[in-house]
Amino acid sequence: MYDIKIKNLTKMFDDFTAVNRISLSVKRGELFGLLGPNGAGKTTTINMLSTLLAPTSGTAKVAGYDIINEKNQVRKSIGVVFQDPALDTKLTGRENLEFHAMMYNIKSNERKRRIKEVLELVELTEKADILVENYSGGMKRRLEIARGLVHKPKVLFLDEPTLGLDAQTRRHIWDYIKKLNKEEKVTIILTTHYMEEADYLCDRVGIIDHGRIVTLDSPDDLKDRLGGDIITLEMERVSNNFVNSVSKLKFVKSTNIHNKKLIIAVKHGEKRIPDLINMALKSKVKINSVNLHKPSLEDVFLHFTGKTIREEESSHADRFREFARRRIRR
Amino acid sequence: MTNLIAIYVLWLREMKRFLRAKSRVVGTLAMPLFFLAFLGIGFNRMSMPGLNGTDYIHFLVPGIIGMTMLFTSMFSGMSVLWDREFGFLKEIMVAPVDRISIVLGRTLGGVTTSVIQGILILGISIFMGFKLNGLIPFLLSVVFMMLASTTFIGLGLIFASRMRDIHGFSLIVNFVIFPLFFLSGALYPIDNMPSWIKIFSYVDPLTYSVDGMRGALINISTFSIAFDFLISLLFAALMILLGAYSFESSESI
Repeated sequence: MYDIKIKNLTKMFDDFTAVNRISLSVKRGELFGLLGPNGAGKTTTINMLSTLLAPTSGTAKVAGYDIINEKNQVRKSIGVVFQDPALDTKLTGRENLEFHAMMYNIKSNERKRRIKEVLELVELTEKADILVENYSGGMKRRLEIARGLVHKPKVLFLDEPTLGLDAQTRRHIWDYIKKLNKEEKVTIILTTHYMEEADYLCDRVGIIDHGRIVTLDSPDDLKDRLGGDIITLEMERVSNNFVNSVSKLKFVKSTNIHNKKLIIAVKHGEKRIPDLINMALKSKVKINSVNLHKPSLEDVFLHFTGKTIREEESSHADRFREFARRRIRR
Repeated sequence: MTNLIAIYVLWLREMKRFLRAKSRVVGTLAMPLFFLAFLGIGFNRMSMPGLNGTDYIHFLVPGIIGMTMLFTSMFSGMSVLWDREFGFLKEIMVAPVDRISIVLGRTLGGVTTSVIQGILILGISIFMGFKLNGLIPFLLSVVFMMLASTTFIGLGLIFASRMRDIHGFSLIVNFVIFPLFFLSGALYPIDNMPSWIKIFSYVDPLTYSVDGMRGALINISTFSIAFDFLISLLFAALMILLGAYSFESSESI
């Protein structure tokens, strides 16, 4: 049973392709993550799935309804927590929830009960009656998550739910997200550019870059695909001979060069380091440092895109600035 | 089609915000009151052609009420921009509510708050020597306030839907709101103006609202009240439809 089925979804802004033929499905009750740098097309995807933006081509079904032809049914079935706060700060937390519940046509008794429930879920009961403008960033986020849940949506979209929050608050929000996925049995799609977040929360992760889904699997399987542990050898100079011979070794699953660093995926990395060092000595390659670590999603990202997520973000930022400049001039 | 609860929610939101923003209310009332006080006192002893024997304060009050409608309603229509800036617009747009209900809810809220401010101005002007001739003139003037308010909320929505952010706001104030105000005959009879300017006055919706209120409140008007009513009604319907259309067809994010 799928709650989300995306087929060739594409969005173009003028000649800039923000989302490029994305296809994927999300099962009911799944916690799915879209992981990618800023500007990769995550928010645009969410905006299309939540009916705020019309796709240029392709389509998607959310909770069984078409996002183009059955907008209202889709809207009834989803809750959305946007990347930027979307609260009325001149109203109290409770009023924000009440107005929301009324717009979703929830009757008075049910409304009171649900608001009480979600306020308890995000531990805002005591602060419910003060104006939102006096809330901290973390409280606003929690209120928005609560609001997204008031009308019992089948699917909840969380666009960068912990962006700009401190580490402690982030942990808290993560726990809420896990809890509500389990307790409310809601399908959750979240976007993030934090590797740990995707790793910690998501059942499956789709890595998105330049508007395309690069790879998609559970975090563990993604890391396994790299072939085990990661050994990083920092070389004085890149020697192609050495790199070639390393990549031909039987126990090496894959190699990758990044800034004079040779990144090698192997099983049982700790046992292979001596062999690699010996080889380097023989090929007269000077090694400056050696690093062994168990793979993270960062490595997966690096493996599939050839860049770290930070580098991607800076190049995206350039691309976006250029795009924005052109838009303004127009 | 339309969703009454959503209309009510959006109206209620405007009301709560209005009642909480005391400083904003004082701020928006201050300008018309200053106009009323200083222009009223300053020009009261001067004779101006076209006043038909009434004193300037009585002539001015309907104009200043019209001005209040113009400013508060334009701001109310354009407050979509602020909602977009602060993200709240998305919350409304993603709700299962048709766009017409959203526009109607905002308009009702805006009309209510504007008319309350208009009535406040009228009340204060009574302390400044304005004589109100009974309930019927008062109710008639409220009808004209509602029509004017609807018209300018619609106009505000049109501008807000065409703009990406709040930076163009002062342009609208200087090049749309103030000309509409000065051309409407709120401060002086339009008959005193050269004929080529009069043409602009005749296409200014505020002209008919002010004239209608003058007819209702002090029994002096260029056109008949029925004619003013009809034209104001047409303007209100046209502007709100155009406003709703612009809002609907604009990108919400």
